[in-house]
Amino acid sequence: MTIRQLSVFLENKTGHLNQILSVLAKNNINIVALTVADSSDYGIMRAIVSDPEKAMKVLRTEQFTVRVHNIFSLEMDAAPGSMSHILDLFTSADICIEYVYAFSFGGKSILMIRTENSENATEIIKANKLKTISEEEIKY
Amino acid sequence: MIWNERIECMSREEMRALQSEKLIDLVNRVYNNVDFYRRKMDEIGIKPSDIQSIDDIIKLPFTYKSDLRDHYPFGMFAVPMQKIVRLHASSGTTGKPTTVGYTHNDIANWGEALARCLTMAGISSHDVMQVSYGYGLFTGGLGVHYGAETVGCTVIPISGGNTRRQLQLMSDFGSTVLACTPSYALHLADALSENGYSLRDMKLQIGVFGAEPWTENMRLELEKKWGIKAFDIYGLSEIMGPGVANDCEFHAGLHVNEDHFFPEIVHPNTKTPLSDGEEGELVFTTLTKEGIPLLRYNTRDLSILNHKKCACGRTTVRMNKITGRSDDMLIIRGVNLFPSQIEHVLLEMGETSAHYLLLVDKENNLDTLELEVELDESKMVDTIKDLQMLSRKIENAMNSAIGLSVKVTLVEPKTIARSEGKAIRVIDNRKLRN
Repeated sequence: MTIRQLSVFLENKTGHLNQILSVLAKNNINIVALTVADSSDYGIMRAIVSDPEKAMKVLRTEQFTVRVHNIFSLEMDAAPGSMSHILDLFTSADICIEYVYAFSFGGKSILMIRTENSENATEIIKANKLKTISEEEIKY
Repeated sequence: MIWNERIECMSREEMRALQSEKLIDLVNRVYNNVDFYRRKMDEIGIKPSDIQSIDDIIKLPFTYKSDLRDHYPFGMFAVPMQKIVRLHASSGTTGKPTTVGYTHNDIANWGEALARCLTMAGISSHDVMQVSYGYGLFTGGLGVHYGAETVGCTVIPISGGNTRRQLQLMSDFGSTVLACTPSYALHLADALSENGYSLRDMKLQIGVFGAEPWTENMRLELEKKWGIKAFDIYGLSEIMGPGVANDCEFHAGLHVNEDHFFPEIVHPNTKTPLSDGEEGELVFTTLTKEGIPLLRYNTRDLSILNHKKCACGRTTVRMNKITGRSDDMLIIRGVNLFPSQIEHVLLEMGETSAHYLLLVDKENNLDTLELEVELDESKMVDTIKDLQMLSRKIENAMNSAIGLSVKVTLVEPKTIARSEGKAIRVIDNRKLRN
């Protein structure tokens, strides 16, 4: 139901994102999905990678601020309205969404979703029998 | 005009006699009423009877800001609380403020000292004075206020801030005198046109500026921008507040009200007294103060004394404009700030590391504070919202602890330079304007 996501603190400096990416590249870690949240002062790089454990270790060694969070991962039908349908279920349960991003892997459309109340969100996912994605499913 | 010609133009011999008499009385008062001073004097084997004249002052112990902090809130007071009619406080170095108390006589003497300062600046009962120093626990606002009332000015107690209203009342009420920090005076001048005013709308003639260090060139710039005569007023809450010294129309040093506040200059390291013309730490003994009299209080301000008679006719000793400090205290918008206060707040919150870098700058002539704080890895979150909440929480904690608004920027752990020995905690990009 969840996939481990790296959250890396990004100071607002030229080349900073690429420094992180090059550490991952050097250590042969593949990036499956990546999104950057930005504000005027700093950002957060969120990434799904082939080996989160190792990624965290090497980034920490290089002095980056990194944490691993478990984020809901749902499979969407490749049809118009499927993402909207999922979000409707959360909205009607009054669950606030912190952020979402989507990517495709091996022909699957995957929705990563971070909500304010994860217990309620788990219930919604179970009650509506939403298709979930596990980490194994995004391995090569 | 000279407010108190008898005192301000006294011969050196008469002044020394007057100071001697007051010092003897002071030493007896503190020895008998303040445990701290009795212990200090006993420790070095000095009895009140050893003090026979002002020359004996060098036998007395020094007082430091840390002594006031250690005896917070009222441990240094020399009279019972029923005699205290007012308290003021400044923010302290470790979260505890420094408290000072005034008796009726202290308030009257403060008014007298200020009346001399204001008269020195050419101010009289015909003037309308806009007091734009902060009112409240800070001594600036109320201090100047009482002095202006003593002189008989029409006082506008507008306090600090709200630039638009400052300019509106200055125009509508016809203020002839502005009292505030020099940087705020410059800010107000620069805000004239954008608020729809010009100098023709204003009747301002005199500025009494202080509570922060400023240069002679800044004084000339303010005179030009406002078309006024600008004067430097000096003081600190531990000694009294504004009104300890002021410069006259010759701007050749600030005349110290030395019958109330006896100044000495001492070597920053050895603490030995220095002569006229030698720069060192400025030390004051509050000869007449009743509420919280202090012996040889080391201000850590750097200055030079000059006992020669001034061209204005006054004989009172003059101190040079403050050139700097011998410690790490910063003066931000007139508020005293020690870097250790920042550290204290961060440690108390425990949400980040205590590694920080304080960046001080000037924007539109107003001091700005930016605080870089290292994020604690265990507190790393995955939403911007939570990071911003953390910044805001630190900003609020800083604001309530030090009374200044601070912009907080989170930075990565271990990015603030660790240095061997003394860490660099402050980068002050404000240059005293030349």
